[in-house]
Amino acid sequence: MQFGILVNEGPYTHQASDSAYLFARTAIERGHKVPRIFFYHDGVNNSTRLATPPQDDRNVSARWSKLAADHGIDLVVCVAAAQRRGINDDVLAPGFRISGLGQLVEMGIQYDRLVTFGD
Amino acid sequence: MSDMDEMDEGSGIVKKFMFLNRKAPHGTVYALEGLEVVLITAAFDQDVSMVFTDDGVYQLMKGIDTKGIEVKDFSKTYRALEGYDIEKLYVDQASMDARGLTEDDLIVDVTVLPVDEMANLMAEQDVVISF
Repeated sequence: MQFGILVNEGPYTHQASDSAYLFARTAIERGHKVPRIFFYHDGVNNSTRLATPPQDDRNVSARWSKLAADHGIDLVVCVAAAQRRGINDDVLAPGFRISGLGQLVEMGIQYDRLVTFGD
Repeated sequence: MSDMDEMDEGSGIVKKFMFLNRKAPHGTVYALEGLEVVLITAAFDQDVSMVFTDDGVYQLMKGIDTKGIEVKDFSKTYRALEGYDIEKLYVDQASMDARGLTEDDLIVDVTVLPVDEMANLMAEQDVVISF
């Protein structure tokens, strides 16, 4: 099955991003496809490479980057939401790209399921 | 605008998208940014429904005035939805009752549904996005 994933909360404050990551990883492990993950609202804050969490904590953006590199996932950050929050191409972690909401709607149209992770 | 540039008008697939609005219009950004997704989805010629439930019913209240909190008042957008062919607006009966609201308090025409009918409507959808 093809899953689209929508992440609506930023890292650390809310569990939504962690849950989305674990869902995506597990879906892939079980043979499903996750072609694209879309980041909206404060979810765009998952994409910054400027975050430096403590060594003994998970690095959320680096973890997304690795998942994307390992499995060819398209990590899309909403441009309008990103601009509001100071996220631009200069601060993006590897594997992320900035694009429009049309990419989210396309996931709903093309994939079998669209799963939202939010508050 | 960039969202328009990338649209794949040729796909021809029409799915039923429901947008579930659960939050008050102000206090968080969900209602404002959620509306953006609704408008883009309509621009993709999809079958769009909007549901207002819990504090989401406040999004449609008459007489919203945001001057005091110095944020944008986007409530006029709900009245413009018809122009985007978004005419299926549903409101949860229990959420209205719990807040002492009736249809007369709302700025647009809606269909008020009891929870079991709302559940049936949700079950018919291809995609449900909750804000």
